[in-house]
Amino acid sequence: MSAQPRRRRLEVEDIGEVTVVNFTDKKILDEQNIQVIGEQLFSLVDELGRRKLLLNFSNVEYLSSAALGKFITLNKKVKGASGKLILCSIDPQIYEVFEITKLDKLFNIQKDEQAALQAF
Amino acid sequence: MRQPSKEGSYEVVIASDPLETRRVQDHIEVLLRSNRFEDREIFSIRLALEEALVNAIKHGNQMDRAKKVTINYHVRGDRFDILIKDEGKGFDPEDVPDPMAVENLERPCGRGLLLMKHYMTEVVFHPPGNRLAMSKIRGKPALNGPLNGHHFTGK
Repeated sequence: MSAQPRRRRLEVEDIGEVTVVNFTDKKILDEQNIQVIGEQLFSLVDELGRRKLLLNFSNVEYLSSAALGKFITLNKKVKGASGKLILCSIDPQIYEVFEITKLDKLFNIQKDEQAALQAF
Repeated sequence: MRQPSKEGSYEVVIASDPLETRRVQDHIEVLLRSNRFEDREIFSIRLALEEALVNAIKHGNQMDRAKKVTINYHVRGDRFDILIKDEGKGFDPEDVPDPMAVENLERPCGRGLLLMKHYMTEVVFHPPGNRLAMSKIRGKPALNGPLNGHHFTGK
């Protein structure tokens, strides 16, 4: 497999107690990128002890089932640490992917960042 | 390695490398746009292609770069057809647990087939399961039949 630079895939900002995560990639598809995104997300919980996580998808145009798998694992980790994970600003086409897979029932999904911050 | 044949059909043989699948997807998107497929249809096809090609490389060829994936595709009018063949031993799609079942909702994998089936008009795995035929016909919803079959209407 071709080597790719391991660059930062997430932009992380703290708003009060909430850690807001934006994705730098428009397409969360590539297996290696997804692996890195997963590791960076998990480290927020496992190493940095963040308990209130907000994933903002406003920049995301595509994502694959492998990416969904990482979000599911993240959700388990956050719940296991008695925290809360919220997703927001999901493009209608991407939201359909959540609906098809019934993951709209699993995740707390809010319309935009403001609504999400109020939902914690 | 991309070889156009008559009537705009293409055959591509790639190594088991996700970056190579990206180039194939980019070429297919160019073909779809030149045939006036809409953004939503292109989104559907790209998502299904991503799932199918990752399956071929990861589960079929076990990420072995020495093993190839052979891809035949064409866009004609309102129709896109693709045949993807890996060098794996195949699988039975019926053995894949239903990812929508409550007990499986928190499983981190197993949703690729569901997405392909939703977004494409036809999805057919030819026994032993290492040859996948998919079609997208503009304006036609997905056919929710069994995934196993023997027809590939585009060829």
